[in-house]
Amino acid sequence: MEPPEKPTLPRNLKLVFQRIGRQLELYYQGPYRRAIGRSVRDEEDFFMLLVFGESLGIPNPASFYTLELQPLMLERFHEWHKRMGMERSPLDDFPCC
Amino acid sequence: MSAILLMLLGLGGMAAGYFFYSRYIAERIFRFDPDFITPAHEFEDGIDYVPTNKFVLWGHHFTSVAGAAPIVGPAIAVIWGWLPAFLWVVLGTIFFAGVHDSGAIWASVRNRALSVGSLTGYVVGKRARSIFMIVIFLVLLMVNAVFGVVIARLLINNPGSVVPIWGAIAVALVIGQMIYRFKFNLPLVSLLGVIALYWLIYIGPAVPVALPESVAGLPANAAWILILFAYAAIASLLPVWVLLQPRDYINGLQLFVGLILLYGAVLIGSPKIVAPMINHQVPEGAPPLIPLLFVTIACGAISGFHGLVASGTTSKQLNRETDARFVGYFGATGEGLLALAAIIAATAGFASLADWQAVYSGFGNGGVQAFVDGGAVILSDGIGINAAVAGTMLTVMAALFAGTTMDTGLRLQRYIFQEFGEIYGIRWLGRPLPATLMAVGCCVLLAFGAGGPDGSGGLLIWPLFGTTNQLLAGLTLLIVTVMLVRLKRPIWVTLLPLVFLLLMTLAALLIQLNSFYQKQDWFLLGLDIVVLVAAILVTLECVSALRKSERESATEDV
Repeated sequence: MEPPEKPTLPRNLKLVFQRIGRQLELYYQGPYRRAIGRSVRDEEDFFMLLVFGESLGIPNPASFYTLELQPLMLERFHEWHKRMGMERSPLDDFPCC
Repeated sequence: MSAILLMLLGLGGMAAGYFFYSRYIAERIFRFDPDFITPAHEFEDGIDYVPTNKFVLWGHHFTSVAGAAPIVGPAIAVIWGWLPAFLWVVLGTIFFAGVHDSGAIWASVRNRALSVGSLTGYVVGKRARSIFMIVIFLVLLMVNAVFGVVIARLLINNPGSVVPIWGAIAVALVIGQMIYRFKFNLPLVSLLGVIALYWLIYIGPAVPVALPESVAGLPANAAWILILFAYAAIASLLPVWVLLQPRDYINGLQLFVGLILLYGAVLIGSPKIVAPMINHQVPEGAPPLIPLLFVTIACGAISGFHGLVASGTTSKQLNRETDARFVGYFGATGEGLLALAAIIAATAGFASLADWQAVYSGFGNGGVQAFVDGGAVILSDGIGINAAVAGTMLTVMAALFAGTTMDTGLRLQRYIFQEFGEIYGIRWLGRPLPATLMAVGCCVLLAFGAGGPDGSGGLLIWPLFGTTNQLLAGLTLLIVTVMLVRLKRPIWVTLLPLVFLLLMTLAALLIQLNSFYQKQDWFLLGLDIVVLVAAILVTLECVSALRKSERESATEDV
């Protein structure tokens, strides 16, 4: 095991700056985390609609490719239908739970 | 009198308030419990609910509540002399604002971090919630209109600040991109941003920009107001990370820089206060000190806007309930410090009493321009900054605060219009663009109606903004009082401020009603009546809610 680095002045300063940076980031993000989180979620929901469009009867020329993505979306899909107030998966061909 | 003495008295008073009074209310009245599981822990989701370091949270709370209003209000109110404004700011911060802010956080934290709007419905009743919606709509309407007028006047009076004020938007846009797209290191970006902003401030006076006397038949003031609202409309439609977030961030840094410089300059330069302690020669047409002082200075002594911040974001991030004292009470104290600085700048930064009287020649005349001019003199005498640059710096500071509040205010008002659209099934109003245009339309109408297209009306509307803001504070205090009644704890800490606020607000509205009638200013008269109706509704609601909760807790005893 490597011996812990000696606490020298430059190292201490570096640590202090890193800490300030982290707190500054918290300060920067805090008030807007919610608005940004929501718009990210909206974007992801839209992407989900593209992936599952075919199952809902929306013709999708890229369905050959999006079909491949479906298993990768499993967890997010489950979270989405829970969020929308549906206990079980609304799609018969995609029983996630 | 020396400004240093006033500063030390103010600081000492506020410090005593924090160390003694806030401890008393935290331990005896609200009884903050260090073991209480706050919503930030209970519902932690990484988005809304995130336990946050109390110093960072204090920074948020302080910089969100301190803006242009604690500068404009005190700078207008010193027309009655420095003592009344000073006393109201210091005592208001100690006994009103600190209690209000920490109380609002406590009320929200104890109720699953609900916002003040939902809390009024949940704690007080459905009817109170409708009144809350009316008051919040009025506050937003007024804040946007007032700040549009304030910035337009600043831009005209200080042509050197036009480039840095608009340049700051470009700086914010670049910062936003650097952080989100290029993942730059934040301290480095902050440093670069501050350097860029101060460079713009430095070169600003060398490249003054003034609109021609008349733009497309409109006076310059009206043109600036229209440009500002066009900007605010676009800004409020952009995603928050593009402009609003970095702008808010720069403002926060500016606030700290500005406060340190101003207080430092007062300490070094030791200016003398030239304004009278109590002005016995108040210009004709100025309203009486009591009750108008208490609505002219809203932010800086107590402001309902704080409740929105306290319950909207602060309560969802509170790590421990005991932090509410530091975050809420000390956050409000921070705003009191800004108001105190504004009082000192607007009373000590003049060469003689005659100069001061020339500026304060009518009610609403001094205002933020007196803060800028006075502050510039203090800064240049105290720490040797070139007076033109110092003036530009303070103008930019005030205009940026006001501008960011306009962005946010317009955004919130758009949401209200969109909600109206959804409730009443008006589909087009549910969309962002039409809703924004409706919001802008109302605000522009108010700005022109209140200030006159050439800006001659001054800031007559300012006290009206103060009254709506106080009504909002009254509703928050009511929530806290009702909660205290139910818990069978002493209620005087919130009830006395509540009664005082409502009395002063009602009296101020009646006096203004008369004065608008005398001046035959039908527009402001109508507005005054609307606010008066809201004030009466709030008062009735307070009486009925308190009587009901008293009865309920009495029957529980039996």
